[in-house]
Amino acid sequence: MDNYEKLGQMLLAIALFVALMGVILLVTGRARRRADLWQSLAFVAPALLLLIVGLVYPAIRTGYQSFFDRTSENFVGLDNYDFVFTNEAMITVLRNTAIWVFLTPLLSTFIGLVYAVLVDRSRVEAAAKAVIFLPMAISLVGASIIWKFVYEYRPDQQGIEQIGLLNQVLVWLGAEPRQFLIGEPWNTLFLIVIMVWVQAGFAMTVLAAAIKAIPADITEAAQLDGLTGVRMFRYITVPSIRPALVVVLTTIAIGTLKVFDIVRTMTGGQFGTSVISYEFYTQGFRTLNTGIASSLAVVLFVLVVPIVVYNVRQMRKAEYR
Amino acid sequence: MSGAVIPTPAVQEELAGGEPATISGRARKRLTSRWASLAALIIAVLWTIPTFGLLLTSFRPEQSLKTTGWWTWFTNPELTLANYDEVLYGGTALSTYFINSIVITIPAVVIPVTIACLAAYAFAWMRFPYRDTLFVAVFALQIVPLQIALIPLLRLYVDTGLHGAGSFWPLWISHTIFALPLAIFLLHNFFKEVPAELVEAARVDGAGHVTIFLRIMLPLVTPAIAAFSIFQFLWVWNDLLVAVTMVGGTRDVAPLTARLAELAGSQGTEWHLLTAGAFVSIVIPVIVFLSLQRYFVRGLLAGSVKG
Repeated sequence: MDNYEKLGQMLLAIALFVALMGVILLVTGRARRRADLWQSLAFVAPALLLLIVGLVYPAIRTGYQSFFDRTSENFVGLDNYDFVFTNEAMITVLRNTAIWVFLTPLLSTFIGLVYAVLVDRSRVEAAAKAVIFLPMAISLVGASIIWKFVYEYRPDQQGIEQIGLLNQVLVWLGAEPRQFLIGEPWNTLFLIVIMVWVQAGFAMTVLAAAIKAIPADITEAAQLDGLTGVRMFRYITVPSIRPALVVVLTTIAIGTLKVFDIVRTMTGGQFGTSVISYEFYTQGFRTLNTGIASSLAVVLFVLVVPIVVYNVRQMRKAEYR
Repeated sequence: MSGAVIPTPAVQEELAGGEPATISGRARKRLTSRWASLAALIIAVLWTIPTFGLLLTSFRPEQSLKTTGWWTWFTNPELTLANYDEVLYGGTALSTYFINSIVITIPAVVIPVTIACLAAYAFAWMRFPYRDTLFVAVFALQIVPLQIALIPLLRLYVDTGLHGAGSFWPLWISHTIFALPLAIFLLHNFFKEVPAELVEAARVDGAGHVTIFLRIMLPLVTPAIAAFSIFQFLWVWNDLLVAVTMVGGTRDVAPLTARLAELAGSQGTEWHLLTAGAFVSIVIPVIVFLSLQRYFVRGLLAGSVKG
């Protein structure tokens, strides 16, 4: 299929969609009997239909399949869950996921917060923020390639130069270069660095806005009391933006639970770096074990729920503060 | 996506609005310290160097970049566009995947945003049975990680024949579905902010819902729609999971990200292709981001962050 054909297909799809929506609106707009009801239906039905068929039904189906074997033919009870929580490789997966979800939000939020405070109201604020923020626009695949190049290892031999920056720094410092992506469990940490690099911008943006919203009389009063620098940060800034901090932490945690691109691009899940969302992909779409994949998806869902609930409740609090 | 939403637009305005009531006490209190400036500078440099290194590398000749680090460029400057030429039009044919990404992304933004606008308007301004229950249900769907829907969804596409060679429909429909809960919820909040008097005045004049929606609502919430559209655009453009699960790596429909991930995973990494390829994929989102940064930040503060 050549490129023009594809672009044509795209335009056709959009035209079809617009025409369909137009007809729906036009027809229901002319309804005489119970006009209000028909119109509401026309507005809501497309969305609800898609959500029910494409999200609610598949989610229930996945839950159901998690009690069946790899081809969804034989009922196996809780065997899949038993495998997920006892198999040695799976325990590594769960351990890695725990490390990711714990470290990524903490590190990103900390760096984002410190940076937000440092550049707040400085002359170069906009540019300084853009620098940290830009990784947010890049795909995780792109970010991984950028970092793959930082971590790249060349054997430590005569006449061979390092091409990865981090190893070159080690060499400059007189140390041996090392294979950052291979040694367990440290390799997971080096993958987490990538996610932190991406997410710090998000944390910084939201927190910078929260810092600007601290009422001036509070900071003025604190200054009159002689608070400055680190103590100002500790006793005034952080408590004042507490709700925003929680929202940022939980949001990054949710995003981290579902991260899959980095592991796939950097290591392909080898060397003990796999996480739940990546294992879901290999089980479901590589080894074609629908049962295990479904149970992993359910585990992911169960892990996300409490964080989201907490996140939403904190947001409500922030709203009615 | 699930997650962060700072609900009402009023709150965001307050958050983003920025200027404190009195400037006197707060002005110029930071970055006065030299250490603070130094710390900020270090973070900024650390954040920039990896990207800069790759950018520079992508312009170096294949032989040099495979044997020496990018920092040697400063003593031995040589630049070439050969990597870009090869990656776009050579065996990797990234230009084809670039077109695929565009073909995937545009409908995957237009369709969900349109459907979500209609639904959001209905939830905000129309009266129908079970309205509030349904709205809460849609809101709750935000917590569903998309992984949980992928396998049965793929089955549905296969069974209905949508999953054919060269068909973009699985991607368009999937991205639409996964965008809807957040989009409806977010846009609903903005539609709700429109003063009721405006709507009532229009109704008195005999305007129906379709007219009110098109003539009054859409112009007023355009900034919110723009903010969400940018997010959806970036999300779809940068997506890897939906792409590899729904269409795999086939050249006919796979996006840039899928091809790049494949390149990065292959044995004997072709660095010169990878570096140039990464920047081909980065260019569009960065342009979108830089030119529409204002909306982007607003959307971020409103909570459009996908997981």
